[in-house]
Amino acid sequence: MRISVNGNAREVSAPLTVAELVRGLGAGGADGRGVAVAVDAQVVPRSQWAQVQVTEGQRVEVLGAIQGG
Amino acid sequence: MLEIAGRRWGSRLIVGTGGFRSLEVMDRAIAAAGAEIVTVALRRVDVGTPGSLVEVLERAGVFLLPNTAGCYTAHDAVLTARMAREAFGTDWVKLEVIGDDRTLYPDATELLEAAETLVDDGFVVLPYTSDDPILARRLEEVGCAAVMPLGAPIGSGMGIRNPYNLAIIVEQAGVPVICDAGVGTASDAAIAMELGCDGVLMASAIAHAQDPVKMAQAMRGAVAAGRLAREAGRIPRRMHAEASTPEVGLPEYG
Repeated sequence: MRISVNGNAREVSAPLTVAELVRGLGAGGADGRGVAVAVDAQVVPRSQWAQVQVTEGQRVEVLGAIQGG
Repeated sequence: MLEIAGRRWGSRLIVGTGGFRSLEVMDRAIAAAGAEIVTVALRRVDVGTPGSLVEVLERAGVFLLPNTAGCYTAHDAVLTARMAREAFGTDWVKLEVIGDDRTLYPDATELLEAAETLVDDGFVVLPYTSDDPILARRLEEVGCAAVMPLGAPIGSGMGIRNPYNLAIIVEQAGVPVICDAGVGTASDAAIAMELGCDGVLMASAIAHAQDPVKMAQAMRGAVAAGRLAREAGRIPRRMHAEASTPEVGLPEYG
């Protein structure tokens, strides 16, 4: 299926949970620590990463810490 | 002690982590500043180097205060704060809602709306605001844990441009006042503290100094000195001289 990750189109195999997506991106620390995820502008709490499925056409934002004032 | 939302801090200097040329310099500058709170931002993970920054800061033992830098609307700022809560496991947020990229001045109406929403959502909200005493009061009224008026535009290094406004904000505030933005050098930080601010937040003044570690040390001293001077109570300004040596006992040489 086709989804958008941080503005880039991506072809991924379904089904895919948020946890699997984050792991696949290698984002953040061991358990994706320091990373936050929103799917279609809805924040997905870390506690739900393993349950929430990403589906065709969804827009995923994966954010992490950068230096900032 | 600086107390914000029931939590006590030994340092009154908050350091922004933006602008340092390396994580190593940032790490040493934070240590030299004696800062206990540092700000961080959130961006798409493929443009940054997630992990290492947080690791360095966690090793330094500092509290990470996420900001909402780059947000122009209440909607985006609220969403960013909620993302930061997930990423950093904290409900504290430095709330920034910017009006335009030339002045980086806060958008007052969007800021107030975002502050209200986030307070209702259980956040400890520390808003970056203009030096408008009325807006500062409104932010306090909606439940912000502190107010953070600018001394001058972000990154301008112009110092405290309107000390009278800061003094009015300090005079009326029932929450800590932290001067956020505008500081260029140590005396600016001291002035903010002498005016009665409870703390100073700065990034560029340290990060872009020729020697950031040395400047961090200077800022630490300036904040401490300014605070002491405020507590000590300065002498009033006067037009004419007043001798500090008594005239009694002056000889007459004839």
